[in-house]
Amino acid sequence: MIKFLRPSVGDFARRLAYGAAMSAGLLMLGLTPAEAAKTTLNIGMTVEPTGLDPTIAAPVAIGQVTWQNVYEGLVAIDESGKIVPQLAKSWDISPDGLTYTFKLQTGVKFHDGEPFDSTAAKFALDRARDSKSVNPQKRFFATITSIDTPDPETLVLHLSSPTGSLLYWLGWPSSVMVGPKSAANDKTTPVGTGPFKFSAWAKGDHVELVKNPDYWNKSVDVKLDKVTFRFISDPQAEAAALKAGDLDAFPEFAAPELMSSFDGDAQLMTKVGNTELKVVAGMNNTRKPFDDKRVRQALMMALDRKTIIDGAWSGFGTAIGSHYTPNDPGYQDLTGTLPYDPAKAKALLAEAGYPNGFTFTIKTPQMAYAPRSAQVMQAMFADIGVTMNIEPTEFPAKWVQDVFTGRDYDMTIVAHAEPLDIDIYSRDPYYFNYKNPTFNELMKKIQLTADPAAQNKLYGEAQGILAEDAPSLFLFVMPKLGVWDKKLKGLWENEPIPSNVLTNVSWED
Amino acid sequence: MIVLLTRRIVGLIVTLIAVSLLVFAVMALLPGDPAAITLGTSASPETLAALRHDMGLDQPLFIRYGHWLAGALTGNLGKSYTYGVPVAGLIVERLAVTLPLAVLAIILSILIAVPLGVAAAARRGGIFDIIATLFSQMSIAVPGFWVALLLILLFSTSLGWMPAGGFPGWGNGLGPALRALILPAVALALPQAGVLTRVTRSAVLETLHEDFARTALAKGLSGGAVLWGHVVPNALVPVLTILGLQFTFLVAGAVLIENVFNLPGLGRLAYQALSQRDIVVMQDVVLFFAGLVITMNFLVDLSYLVIDPRLRSGGTR
Repeated sequence: MIKFLRPSVGDFARRLAYGAAMSAGLLMLGLTPAEAAKTTLNIGMTVEPTGLDPTIAAPVAIGQVTWQNVYEGLVAIDESGKIVPQLAKSWDISPDGLTYTFKLQTGVKFHDGEPFDSTAAKFALDRARDSKSVNPQKRFFATITSIDTPDPETLVLHLSSPTGSLLYWLGWPSSVMVGPKSAANDKTTPVGTGPFKFSAWAKGDHVELVKNPDYWNKSVDVKLDKVTFRFISDPQAEAAALKAGDLDAFPEFAAPELMSSFDGDAQLMTKVGNTELKVVAGMNNTRKPFDDKRVRQALMMALDRKTIIDGAWSGFGTAIGSHYTPNDPGYQDLTGTLPYDPAKAKALLAEAGYPNGFTFTIKTPQMAYAPRSAQVMQAMFADIGVTMNIEPTEFPAKWVQDVFTGRDYDMTIVAHAEPLDIDIYSRDPYYFNYKNPTFNELMKKIQLTADPAAQNKLYGEAQGILAEDAPSLFLFVMPKLGVWDKKLKGLWENEPIPSNVLTNVSWED
Repeated sequence: MIVLLTRRIVGLIVTLIAVSLLVFAVMALLPGDPAAITLGTSASPETLAALRHDMGLDQPLFIRYGHWLAGALTGNLGKSYTYGVPVAGLIVERLAVTLPLAVLAIILSILIAVPLGVAAAARRGGIFDIIATLFSQMSIAVPGFWVALLLILLFSTSLGWMPAGGFPGWGNGLGPALRALILPAVALALPQAGVLTRVTRSAVLETLHEDFARTALAKGLSGGAVLWGHVVPNALVPVLTILGLQFTFLVAGAVLIENVFNLPGLGRLAYQALSQRDIVVMQDVVLFFAGLVITMNFLVDLSYLVIDPRLRSGGTR
């Protein structure tokens, strides 16, 4: 047999060499990476937006691409969380808090050339509050009874009751101004008034924006000509894309355990800031034993938040004592209200009639922070004799159905992304099933005043009630783990509202 | 022949309709309301009802199935809930990544496996045989996504020769697009090449013992000529059958590799649609996969008819 085939080997080797040469040739195709001109930016995001219209769907990724870049609001929220004028240059609130008169910017045009004036603003707000509207924050506009447009530059909102948060809400992605002619197609081809125009969306891969040469606001100098948002869901792939130079920035890097791998990188730097993402373990407050305040307090005191942050998020994150973040106005550090104290927790449990503890189930979404936190919590609960079973629950589909809509759960854990959403504890129905008339009263009072100082005082009281009552176990605020090129300037370090504002981003020479 | 073909085609259509019914039923049973997912954690019940109406989710199941089937038959696959664009376009866009990737992977696996398998068979027990056995065992045992991570580490992160993932689109030129596909194609091709090497080796070994090989040699042809001219072409029939089946696996099964390399392919579309409960996209993509597998099997059957004249006559297989 061997002898029979010997002559073929040389032939085979020739063919193999030819094949290898072909393969090498293929590999060499365009091996030289194109040097990025410094007016372009490749920015990474973990989640791809579903549609590009923040006024018809809730996912924060929509605003992270479009808010302040493509779309603008009557007002905006700035990097420090303050309300600042935008398409409305000024406003006047009547003493009874029922009439808001906005003076609009002049000479503003949508990207398709349609003028922005009071008629367009009225259209956008009417669309959001219409009975058929699917705006995810439709409740923001619930107190608006009618809208007047006395002239193109004046917009008047009439309210049924004072709404102290209205201005803040008007700064949200879900309240942006959309054009009467273009709004219907905004989901796929967004048209706004912002400094960048939508140019392309390769679904599953990237969204491209280009500079708007006709941007109305001449006081800002937009330096970037082209921005590409690339969507990468795998943490390893995110890190690899940054290190390979495929991406210039990843403002919300998803893997804290890989952050140290950027230490000492010649090209990249890291920035740890705050977000509005509050990681809380919500409880079903009407279900036994969580209907007993002492049990909830005991569970809170059984948890060492610092250990949870270490275990779940590699030590990044800020411990919180209520549903409020250090970014928010009137923040108070209430982590000391129910501090880590297992002995006292055990005593409280005995007092509530559970000297031998109890058993319950936590429904845990698959996002990395949730199972990791749950595992640390499980060990700490075991120390006070409480057994917690962990049940993985697919997010969003199964979680929304079981926990959020069905309210069929003992405990769950999720990061609440919406800024200043402490009022969810007064909503009925809401998945916590928490009912506290004193707290509800405070939330109403906040809406009756538009005075920031008075509001902050009330927010302080509300935080105190939550910290004491523990309708949820308040764990930590997610960090904003930013990784970007050392020469890149102007990206937000903190995130008072989920966004990637690119107006002031530029490359250093 | 005609009867046989007609029967096969009718069977194909019936299978597809059965699959569509099954897919629809499974999607209807899945927990999770796409409208609730879209609206997030702040929406009121009225807003939810309005969106469910817009999406057509408030209609009875059989009407929704009827709409979908009628649409699919007339080429209208419906609109994606999350992207808001026609699903047909989405599938075509994704195929523009997945198909070239699968083809590239098949070509690579042939380039690796056929020479290696033939060499291993030609010198049974020799050095190539040992290499081939080692290679095929390792490449089958090691998971593709792990190979993918190693490739990224070496060629992207350390050497910086290749992009770590993503796809620039064919519009930006052939070079960048091929560069983006090469590493994933290698990761996909290796396990396939392992299987193919084994099949090639045993097919060639078997054919070497056939009478015609001995006859050809007896007539004075050189060993190489017999091997490449007579043995390999005959041995390739089973190899091609395996390739046909592997191709469907590559198209449908690239989900993991597409995720690691962040490629906007069909597998990733299915994965995203599932997590967002983009039911229309799910239904269409699964139906597409099913259609692909059924059609591939049909074509493999047809190829037997072409190759083997004995099967053509009676139609009694």
